[in-house]
Amino acid sequence: MSEQSLEHSQDKRPTRWHIAVFLAPALLVYTAVMILPLFGTLQLSLFRSVDNVQVFTGFDNFRTLFGDPRWSASFWNALGNNTWFFIIHMLVQNPIGILLAALLSSPKLRFSAFYRTAIFIPTILSFVIVGFAWKLILSPLWGVAPNLLDLVGLKSLFVPWLGKEEYALTALSLISVWQFVGIPMMLIYAAMLSIPDEVIEAAECDGVTGFSQFWKIKLPLILPSIGIISILTFVGNFNAFDLIYSAQGALAGPNYATDILGTFLYRTFFGFQLQTGDPNMGATIASMMFFIILTGVCVYLFLIQTRLRRYQF
Amino acid sequence: MSKAATSLPRTIGAHAILLTYTVIALFPVIVIVVNSFKSRAAIFRSPLTLPTAETFDLVGYTTVMAQGDFIQYFQNSLTVTVASLFFVLLFGAMAAFALSEYRFKGNTIMGLYLALGIMIPIRLGTVAILQLMVASGLVNTLTALILVYTAQGLPLAVFILSEFMKQVSDDLKNAGRIDGLSEYRIFFRLVLPLVRPAMATVAVFTMIPIWNDLWFPLILAPGEATKTVTLGAQVFIGQFVTNWNAVLAALSLAILPVLVLYLFFSRQLIRGITSGAVK
Repeated sequence: MSEQSLEHSQDKRPTRWHIAVFLAPALLVYTAVMILPLFGTLQLSLFRSVDNVQVFTGFDNFRTLFGDPRWSASFWNALGNNTWFFIIHMLVQNPIGILLAALLSSPKLRFSAFYRTAIFIPTILSFVIVGFAWKLILSPLWGVAPNLLDLVGLKSLFVPWLGKEEYALTALSLISVWQFVGIPMMLIYAAMLSIPDEVIEAAECDGVTGFSQFWKIKLPLILPSIGIISILTFVGNFNAFDLIYSAQGALAGPNYATDILGTFLYRTFFGFQLQTGDPNMGATIASMMFFIILTGVCVYLFLIQTRLRRYQF
Repeated sequence: MSKAATSLPRTIGAHAILLTYTVIALFPVIVIVVNSFKSRAAIFRSPLTLPTAETFDLVGYTTVMAQGDFIQYFQNSLTVTVASLFFVLLFGAMAAFALSEYRFKGNTIMGLYLALGIMIPIRLGTVAILQLMVASGLVNTLTALILVYTAQGLPLAVFILSEFMKQVSDDLKNAGRIDGLSEYRIFFRLVLPLVRPAMATVAVFTMIPIWNDLWFPLILAPGEATKTVTLGAQVFIGQFVTNWNAVLAALSLAILPVLVLYLFFSRQLIRGITSGAVK
């Protein structure tokens, strides 16, 4: 670097305090409020509170979580629901996002700025708004959803989706998809814009147009972006809480059918109704979430990302 | 351009799909806002029509204003968001400058260490964060929220800003050094003004999750004096479930500020995403 040689000539490399000054505030806040509490939580999961004294118990909390039938049933239920939540996002949110981005990125499309802005609006709204708004719209008390179905002659299909055990989780996942479809759309859109025109023109010269152009030329080029979206979706989903909490409450009803790891953590840590909060078990669940997310991120970084071919233009 | 890309049926098809999805995206928001201006009877009788002269009613808004401390909540949210944003941008830009400008031992490790927070959500440390805040007496203060959100926003801010700072010309900085500017002045006077567009992008990205967060206000600052708008709306709606006018009005009031801000900054946001900063 040029400034290094410059400094070298000026004075014989004094301690460059300014580097420390520039880094210190960010490092301090980040370490104190984020990294240390993360490890603190991992550590707490190895302790148990006996008469208000923390006693080291090794992996007892994890043994309780997996061994005690009540705990393990709740945990596996939450993990299963969370996995379904994630699968719906991968199967619905990302394909829709890719489709919208592909349409938006076609040249000469008019009003594309309008579409982009409008479709991104749900993403900026808070979960509280989204949760309640959809709860009202899907409510059998208020006629919006049945009325709409009536317009197309399908009123008989109406079910209070959020109130039925078998539909509630899928309905909430789709609401979350509705909210976040803007993110894959925008990222894929950016990736598509960065494909050079020459590549597309060359494809067209060879007679590759339309859908086959999308499958054979564009899709392989945007695969790295799809990878990033998948891992962002994974982290976001396995850490979700707000939507379920605002639509179904901490009990994640009906009958825990929409309980995911985030709400399970909240109930365990803070307690609800008759159950008192348990920081150590809360920390245990948070640690499990940490390991699940870490595993996902590692799988992505070491197995998927390294195999994706990146093209340099 | 090819004929296929511009042929009429394809264009119509594309517009049809995009328009359908736009309707899906906007419909719930519009239904909520429109119905918040109607009388209770009209909300139920004809939820899908615009308010007319006889169904127009502001009773929901007056209830919200009379019952909830929304002005207070709004101030709290504003304080937390603006303060966190300020610290994220200042500390993030300083760290990004250090990482992108100087070569020193541990530069890469430091970058990776800070990037860790992009992938691992801060929420997982909640149990220990609450203990930390209890120990330092910060529970139910806005300071607790500001600290947490600053830490939460820093990783992405450092990551994006250092990408941009690498593009600032070395000649310019060296010219400054020859003129005797200190490293601090080079940072504040030369580099910061040049990365202002990137700062705006980071600001939008940082702001939305902070303003919308429910988890940390619920856990760290649930007291009446420190409630944020998001938490306040959640609690208010929970209490007024059966008062549809009030619920719809509260939802509309929560939607509007964000919506206005978004429409104001959407160009910036979209340019930020599409410029490749977040890949």
